Amino acid sequence: MFATLADALSLLGHFDQRLLEIVGLSLRVSLTALLIGALLGLPLGAWLAVAKFPGRGALIIGLNALMGLPSVVVGVLVYLALSRSGPFGSYGLLFSPGAMIVAQTLLVLPLIAAVSRQIVEDAWKEYAPEFALFGIRRPQAVALLLADCRFSLSVATLAGLGRAMSEVGAVMIVGGNIDGYTRVMTTAIALETSKGDLALSVALGIVLMTLILGLNVVAHYVRGWAARRAG
Amino acid sequence: MFPLQIAGLRFQPNGRAILDGLDLELCGEGISVVLGPNGTGKTLLLRLLAGLLPADSGSIRWGGAAQPDGRLAMVFQQPMLLRLSVFTNVEFALRPQALTAAERRARTAEVLERVGLAHRQQDCARLLSGGERQRLALARAWAVRPRLLLLDEPTASLDPSATEQVERIIREIRTEGAKVLMTTHNLGQATRLADDIVFLADGRVQEHAPAQRFFAHPQSPAARAFLQGELPWRIAFER
Repeated sequence: MFATLADALSLLGHFDQRLLEIVGLSLRVSLTALLIGALLGLPLGAWLAVAKFPGRGALIIGLNALMGLPSVVVGVLVYLALSRSGPFGSYGLLFSPGAMIVAQTLLVLPLIAAVSRQIVEDAWKEYAPEFALFGIRRPQAVALLLADCRFSLSVATLAGLGRAMSEVGAVMIVGGNIDGYTRVMTTAIALETSKGDLALSVALGIVLMTLILGLNVVAHYVRGWAARRAG
Repeated sequence: MFPLQIAGLRFQPNGRAILDGLDLELCGEGISVVLGPNGTGKTLLLRLLAGLLPADSGSIRWGGAAQPDGRLAMVFQQPMLLRLSVFTNVEFALRPQALTAAERRARTAEVLERVGLAHRQQDCARLLSGGERQRLALARAWAVRPRLLLLDEPTASLDPSATEQVERIIREIRTEGAKVLMTTHNLGQATRLADDIVFLADGRVQEHAPAQRFFAHPQSPAARAFLQGELPWRIAFER
């Protein structure tokens, strides 16, 4: 075990090219998925927080349920959609980083939207009387509430990044875990462990854990900084 | 918009009448102060007038019309301030109005100057002191140029200095032609500001009189007991 750990640290210390490629692709895929998920999920969540329409409650329940969506289910659905016989087969995205971005976007979007909805709705309950008095329309309210809740929403977005980076099932199915092309940290860990190359697995695990821990540290300090700066 | 005529206004959540057939008529000038013991529906009356709650029965007529034809603004006891700058907390209230961005900025700067917060316009509103927050809320309400300004205990929990600043602003708003209807528990403040007093008890207006006359010669037993500092439960008990 200690020998494996020493080998893993050696890989990290020597900036192993293969390891860096895997980490780089993981970050590229997850950050792109996060960006798309946030651009869609934040306004969707804020709109759901202030909107009134029949079926809103059912939509919120559905969105909350989607937060726990198994990544392999997303993987299968995206696989079916992107396979040659699927509705988006002509784009040729299957087994490419693009397919992985699509899958991860579908995983983080409900999470960001659901958490945003809760955060913005709590703020909306406070502000609604004043907004009503000034005649603030709902689209204006959505923009103001997103700005008002920006620090809490940034934490929700970081949670989305954690979900994207740590999932393995969906990217394994739609990416195919192709060496040098669609292999990311989680799929590489799964594969290398099964092959017995534990050093690379442990090295990637250390990187992954460091990134996740780093995200939580950032989230913690963002909240503290925001409380001091914005009240 | 005026006279504001309220007739038979009832509000009874869960069957318990808080306002129980309230009648009141207000003219369009001056400062009217609503006084009364806790729980008599002073804040509720303002919220009903602002349209934030529906009454169970009764009518509110604005110069004979069902809806006010002038702007109405309200400042809450604990005003909600966005986690944005002082400037934005005023400017956003003007966005629904037909003003250009330059006009909104100019008007915002003007009211912030008048309430003494121009030097803090880029600071985060949530970091203001209690008195500054209340002045910011007044500036926001003032910026929309209301015909009727509703103030719900605007100086509750403020120190005498902050209270004096808020009262100065309220007088200025009145001088500019807005009708002010405010609640307070501070009888000294009512004496300083009020042109007329609306005294509520038991869900109704017990007395509506010019301020000087009200404080010198209250007509209703409830108002006399209130001014003598007798507790509301004792009034109810003696009945």
